[in-house]
Amino acid sequence: MTPDLPEITPNKELIRVGEGVIDFDVVVVGGGNAALCAAIRAAETGASVALFERAPKDYRGGNSRHTRNFRCMHRDPKGVLTGSYDEDEFYDDLLKVTKGNTDEDLARLAIRESESCYDWMLGQGCFFQESLSGTLSLSRTNAFFLGGGKALVNAYYNRLEAQNVSIFYQATVLDVVIRDRRFDGVLVDLNGEQKYVRSRAIVLASGGFEADKDWLARAWGDAAKNFLIRGTPYNTGEVLKRVLETGADQIGDPTQCHAVAIDGRAPEYDGGIVTRVDCVPFSIVVNQAGHRFYDEGEDVWPKRYAIWGRLVAKQPGQVAYAIIDSKSKDLFMPTVFSATVTDSLDEMAVQLGLSRDQFLATVNEFNTGCGRGEFFPTELDGLETKGVQPAKTNWARPIDTPPFYGYELRPGVTFTYLGFRVGPDAKVSFGGLPSDNVWAAGEIMAGSILGEGYLAGFGMTIGTAFGRIAGKEAGAHARSSAG
Amino acid sequence: MQDQVLDEAKRQLAVCNACRYCEGFCSAFKAMTRYRAFDTETVIHMSNLCHNCQACYHSCQYTVPHEFELNLPSALANVRVESWESHVPFPVLSKLFQSSPLVSLVSVVVVSILFWLVAGIPWLAADTFYDLISHSVLVLIFGPLFLAPLLILFVGLGRYWKTVNGERITRQQLADAFRAAANLKNLDGGAGQGCNYEKDDRYSQSRRWAHQATMYGFLLCFASTSIATVMHYGFGLVAPYPLMSLPKLFGVTGGILLTLGTSKLIYLKTKANPLLEASSRRGSDYGFVTLLWFVSTSGLLLYWAGGTTIAGTLLILHLASIACLFVSIPFSKMVHGFFRITALIREAQLQRT
Repeated sequence: MTPDLPEITPNKELIRVGEGVIDFDVVVVGGGNAALCAAIRAAETGASVALFERAPKDYRGGNSRHTRNFRCMHRDPKGVLTGSYDEDEFYDDLLKVTKGNTDEDLARLAIRESESCYDWMLGQGCFFQESLSGTLSLSRTNAFFLGGGKALVNAYYNRLEAQNVSIFYQATVLDVVIRDRRFDGVLVDLNGEQKYVRSRAIVLASGGFEADKDWLARAWGDAAKNFLIRGTPYNTGEVLKRVLETGADQIGDPTQCHAVAIDGRAPEYDGGIVTRVDCVPFSIVVNQAGHRFYDEGEDVWPKRYAIWGRLVAKQPGQVAYAIIDSKSKDLFMPTVFSATVTDSLDEMAVQLGLSRDQFLATVNEFNTGCGRGEFFPTELDGLETKGVQPAKTNWARPIDTPPFYGYELRPGVTFTYLGFRVGPDAKVSFGGLPSDNVWAAGEIMAGSILGEGYLAGFGMTIGTAFGRIAGKEAGAHARSSAG
Repeated sequence: MQDQVLDEAKRQLAVCNACRYCEGFCSAFKAMTRYRAFDTETVIHMSNLCHNCQACYHSCQYTVPHEFELNLPSALANVRVESWESHVPFPVLSKLFQSSPLVSLVSVVVVSILFWLVAGIPWLAADTFYDLISHSVLVLIFGPLFLAPLLILFVGLGRYWKTVNGERITRQQLADAFRAAANLKNLDGGAGQGCNYEKDDRYSQSRRWAHQATMYGFLLCFASTSIATVMHYGFGLVAPYPLMSLPKLFGVTGGILLTLGTSKLIYLKTKANPLLEASSRRGSDYGFVTLLWFVSTSGLLLYWAGGTTIAGTLLILHLASIACLFVSIPFSKMVHGFFRITALIREAQLQRT
């Protein structure tokens, strides 16, 4: 979809006059998983809760709409989860992907919390399903939502309605007023009308800034204009920016985002899961000039797809092309867009718009360098090239059996790392001190735990764990300060 | 079949197959994972496997306003109704019966008048049904009325079986298929939570219960008639039967279930989202369920009205509605059950190979 986000100028007058038009115990900013968990928990404390979701109802749920599972610690087989997955193994997995760039206390807290999340989620009306076909490797560690993230989000919204939480769609928070670590109210555009809403506590759960390409461009330059955003166009980071300006402590690399290589024909926003192209390990990947630029067979795809976002982003035009031959056409998940199919490599170069001579030379060099050996698509088979730069270290089979299949690849941004530093109570810290009444949950604080890299399903774990903590704490605070 | 209906289903299935988040809901999604691309036969098979539980729609990231514009329940429903028409002989009759709910109504009235002419003036004193219309006349009318449509239906199912490349059926495959039909497994949502229908994205068991009341009610009524036929010809036991007899017990229980089930189905349909069904069939679906409702309700009323002055008129209407139901079996919504059990059998074959 093309995002249609109106430019709204905040009417600061409303804040100055302090017109508390609406009054709630707890305000939750955002409408995805973390926000919903927080709102449910806050409402359970008896607090009156308002939830401001920027998207219209059809697009509610932020990036959670596109998720499919959450990573869950468990001692014994549990529901759809097989075997056991204990705290230490979970934490080790996190250390591997973040290369130690995490906060151990917060990480372990999220991991331990995840154990009770499973039953809690069932209690909110969520259902789980067996690991999806092609994801058997996750059946022990990740619980899949039946119907995916949108079904989960639907269940939570239904739960909130039953709790009489006030849900506002198309509600854009324009400003968050925080003075001396203390939150006062939010200025919000409710479907075209601006209101200043006071509350005793606020939970910030409005995601990252990945949909703001100008912001991304600060790190990537003009290349960012060619990035595709895999999730919601509503995550432009306005609230994140405003609250950082009020003195909240920042965490995570402000310039970095998590980007993967996806189908170049994907929509600019909200393409979600279906835009993945899993054929890279069995392919050669070239840029427009017809050169290979990285080892396509370095590791199995789930462990490598994240680095390919960056690799492709550095190519001219931020585009690359994966080419396989008919030997490999059924070895990966079906793609949403059909491949460019040709009977000759010549024709492939023409159809994809590659530099023809260089492309043919590249394929020729690659094919000549392919060694002999047994090919195992599902494991590192050590079938590597000799004398080819860069080498392909696994699954290197010559591209020589027509028809040939070509896929355009572009960087697809999943999320950003910049966020607030929080404590174990999910309270946002300001100048090293916990705030009075500001909590955060989800992507907006995930940088505290996920300094770099990504672990499948862990974003939803952080969102659920800290959403629940934030909501409960904010609700309790609001109830006690209501006196 | 219309290419555009098939092409649209294929387009949507390609998106679904790259996502597969809905895999746990139903047999249609499980079937999907066997394929990388969808040929016409596969789409037709999947369309009849789909029970229109609508869960995939409400869980979908790609519904309107998203540019992928997914609405798989509707896309498959459109293929499904066309697959019936294109396999059952006399598609003109299918088009007629599915064109408007009024067709059922009008046909009941027309047939009633015909019966009335055959039976003479009905409200002359009558102690038993057969005083009104003799048993032989009934058999003469209903025998062919029943057998001819069944013949047509089975020709259609045979053609369908060929389309979906059906193989020799084993007892195990039949058991799989009938088990799934008996508890309407494909409307249980995969986790037993039910389906989406009358309450938007909330799950509910209402439609499943209402459908099974209707189906079992119908089967009980059918059993009642069959038993009575055996009693009549085999043992010379002629109606009316006492309450504590098999035909009456089956008939009354079945009639009550059928009336309750169809009433609930009609009510639920008024609450459902028409955009998630076959675009052109909502009206005729109402017509079909209403006809079923009328068959059972008039039957039950007949039981209470026995011996009164309205019994005769009621009997004519009741028999006329049954005649219309029989005749329309291959052409009305009634075929869905036969095609669906066939699809379930085929799916059992595909799953076990």
